[in-house]
Amino acid sequence: MSKISLKAMKHSYLAEPGEDADWALRDIDIEWSDGGAYALLGPSGCGKTTLLNIISGLLRPTRGKVLFGDEDVTEVGPERRNIAQVFQFPVVYDTMTVYDNLAFPLRNRGFAEPDIEIRVRQTAQMLDLEERLFTKAAGLTADAKQKISLGRGLIRPDVNAILFDEPLTVIDPHLKWVLRSKLKELHRQIGSTMIYVTHDQTEALTFADQVVVMHDGTVVQSGTPIELFEAPRHTFVGHFIGSPGMNLLPCQVKNGVPYFFKNKIKTVSKSLASAKGASLQIGVRPEFIAFSEKGIPVQIVKVSDTGRYRIVETRHEDTMIKLLAMEGQEIPQGGAHIQFDPAFTRIYADGWAVGEERA
Amino acid sequence: MSPSASGRIPTDLTLEGGAFNLLLGTTLSGKTTLLHMMAGLDRPTGGEIWFNGKNVTGVSAQKRNVSMVHQQFINFPNFNVFENIASPLRVARQSRAEIDRKVGEVAELLQLTQLLSRNPQELSGGQQQRTALARALVKDSDLVLLDEPLANLDFKLREELRDELPKIFETRGCIVVYATSEPAEALLLGGHTATLHEGCVTQFGKTAEIYRRPHDLLSARVLSDPPINTAKIRKTGNRFILNENVSWPVSRALKAMADASYTVGIRPHHISTSSTTDAVMVVGKVLITELSGSESTIHFEVDGRTWVSQSSGIHAFEVGTEANFYIDVARCLFFDDQDKLVTV
Amino acid sequence: MSQKIAHPKAWLFVLPVVLLVAFNAIIPLMTVVNYSVQETFGNNLFFWEGVRWFQDVLRSERYQASLMRQLTFTGIILLIEIPLGVAIALSMPRKGPWVSVCLVLMALPLLIPWNVVGAMWNIFSLPDIGLLGRTLNGLGFDYDYTQGPLAAWFTVILMDVWHWTSLVVLLAYAGLSSIPQPYYHAAKIDGASTWAIIRYIELPKMKRVLAIAILLRFMDSFMIYTEPFVLTGGGPGNTTTFLSIDLVKVALGQFDLGPAAAMSLIYFLIILLLSWLFYTLIMRNEQQ
Repeated sequence: MSKISLKAMKHSYLAEPGEDADWALRDIDIEWSDGGAYALLGPSGCGKTTLLNIISGLLRPTRGKVLFGDEDVTEVGPERRNIAQVFQFPVVYDTMTVYDNLAFPLRNRGFAEPDIEIRVRQTAQMLDLEERLFTKAAGLTADAKQKISLGRGLIRPDVNAILFDEPLTVIDPHLKWVLRSKLKELHRQIGSTMIYVTHDQTEALTFADQVVVMHDGTVVQSGTPIELFEAPRHTFVGHFIGSPGMNLLPCQVKNGVPYFFKNKIKTVSKSLASAKGASLQIGVRPEFIAFSEKGIPVQIVKVSDTGRYRIVETRHEDTMIKLLAMEGQEIPQGGAHIQFDPAFTRIYADGWAVGEERA
Repeated sequence: MSPSASGRIPTDLTLEGGAFNLLLGTTLSGKTTLLHMMAGLDRPTGGEIWFNGKNVTGVSAQKRNVSMVHQQFINFPNFNVFENIASPLRVARQSRAEIDRKVGEVAELLQLTQLLSRNPQELSGGQQQRTALARALVKDSDLVLLDEPLANLDFKLREELRDELPKIFETRGCIVVYATSEPAEALLLGGHTATLHEGCVTQFGKTAEIYRRPHDLLSARVLSDPPINTAKIRKTGNRFILNENVSWPVSRALKAMADASYTVGIRPHHISTSSTTDAVMVVGKVLITELSGSESTIHFEVDGRTWVSQSSGIHAFEVGTEANFYIDVARCLFFDDQDKLVTV
Repeated sequence: MSQKIAHPKAWLFVLPVVLLVAFNAIIPLMTVVNYSVQETFGNNLFFWEGVRWFQDVLRSERYQASLMRQLTFTGIILLIEIPLGVAIALSMPRKGPWVSVCLVLMALPLLIPWNVVGAMWNIFSLPDIGLLGRTLNGLGFDYDYTQGPLAAWFTVILMDVWHWTSLVVLLAYAGLSSIPQPYYHAAKIDGASTWAIIRYIELPKMKRVLAIAILLRFMDSFMIYTEPFVLTGGGPGNTTTFLSIDLVKVALGQFDLGPAAAMSLIYFLIILLLSWLFYTLIMRNEQQ
């Protein structure tokens, strides 16, 4: 096991890439330490699967290097990288039993049968597959098959990392939840580096200690789930993470003070002077807006009940603002006043949070 | 408007226009079968389907004025978006002016106006599914059936369309039936829900009402994500006894409950990690913690059962340690030995 | 389970097919059945014979010999064409400009009319002027397919392999192309050898198309007529007289319509029975 670093990486599927749009990946510099749980999060087409395939060795990057520890593995094929990968759709060897499926990666590497049996039984126990060890893999349900794919990744004692490419896509929501926590638990038990690719923020945020948010082939922000939630560096992160996403409101600055229409807004963003000429937005999450005695006057437009909380859509002038009200909390009728929590309200200039380094 | 479907499912359903009618259940719970029967693609083995006072049980799909949208994005690959949307109107031999007008209207509604001349394979998943929806809408069907229409889309796109869908159907007179396997989606869409389990409708009613007052344990389970926590509990005199350490007084509303053994159902967000008034404390061993940035999901073990607590904010615990959890007992649900909700 | 809704006019659509099948299968077959139980001397004079023709045919050594020849031939070409076809399909490129070149090359033999194939191989194998015949004789083999039974068999089999392996290749290739990329990725990551990939991914995924390929080649080879007829005419002696050639000799050469009809029916039943057996065996395997 070792740390994984991607250095000055660029990738294009074109033979002679020129401008930015030709690149599937741009300016990737990532370092992942040994034993961590990481997630690559982004919408489809953002380059996350390309990046994963570069790490596993199925793709060779156009520029840049992949390092495992200090060893440059850019040119090394997937079979010699000691990587395990679980794909979106379950891959099982149909003619084999569950046992043989699990044993397959070990047999290919010349392990002795008694050792194999021990590891197969351990892995099957972790994944609750013990009772089905000797049934044919072909007839099993999607989630059982995905567990087998998972098991073939977990069974090898020597892997540098286990990569997951949207592994819960074909799983029923009820079981998704179970498998998700299972993965988290397995990470704790096994302790190998795990990299999880998904478009689903819930999966990414609950699984990973460190989440890399990708957009248009580049990393927008990398941080803990809490950092991404509380201090998004880019409006894309604010919008993409959180459900509903961050409110992005029009902003004017007068005498160095930000205004939302006629309302003065307190924020954490300092040195607004640096953002001169840029288009400005106020970003605040629905979680950090509350009803109050005074503040910004709003009309309540719609309330949707999710059981645990209600999403309240309100309007000020022509701008919609969403906020959350917990179960049992009183929601005023018609008109009301709201207040933003200054500690979690930011100003964004051309998309980037003011006063923070641009990527 | 009241078609009622009483198929192989031993419950009568009467679905009405105005709000979404949701069919909620896992894969193979019978959602698609039910939709197919309403569409006229399959015929029920027993029972009848009535639509607006007419028995339509044996009537084929072509004659039913139904539209259907599937989980996979199904469009004609060799037609552009305009022709795709116009196809049902062409079949109905409408005039060119009429077709132009209707397609224009629906495209506007679904934000497809800029894309009308493109072919489906040049569109993103969300745009393809919007095209399929537009085709279903343009027909002015009496009945629109949506079979997990958002399941194949990205998380954020799903969120956007989920917001748009009720608005799109708001002004139309048709009955909308929407099948989903996600409880969260059902709650967000609101309207009425039929919870399905192994081919049976376990409950039908206002979505939020089923969530707060499920008739039985099955319905409570179907409409919950994460799964509802359950445990055996005893009522003795004026106390509920969970185990030798945890018990609480019976509230006035439940005084009439008979002394017996019950199953208590506690939704994960009714178990908190911080103390509140009237909350009852249980001690549990922390198994997994999932901190998503805005909320904490803690899996813990009590009396050999795994329970889940979900709360806003960040509450970190060391895995393997004992921690205190607080049950909001006023919101607990009690089910009798038949798994029916106790009502007094 | 729910039933499909019956459309009252649906049967109209099936009618043309029913008529077609009636004219090109059922009516001719019934005619043959008619002949197989009667004796005729022309002028539409028929005499009832019952099962006599069937008894005669089944007891006839000549019929048994051509049936044996037929089974041997079919067995040999299946054993060669199926593995060879799979091997060629496996070694064909999966993407790039060579795909279409290979596919066209493979399809070529299938495009040639059967009697032309026979004529081609006839000339190609002539011991004095044919390329194959000259080469083999040049190498020291005593090769003359018009004289030696072994040489005749060799040529007929070679011709069939050349003509029909392509079909197996194309079917197997279609099966291979439908295997999703993640299977190969997963196998690579699992450290599987090339042979393991063939054994555990490609062959199992090709099973259905291979079953169809075997079934097609089995039925086709049982009905082989034109090529050996043009090449050897069933000779030397009777050594390449397969069932169909024998049948034509009996029916049109000797004009024994009764025995010929009985023979056709037995022939037909054998193909039907073997195909059915083969199909159920494969399908049962599939369900497990």
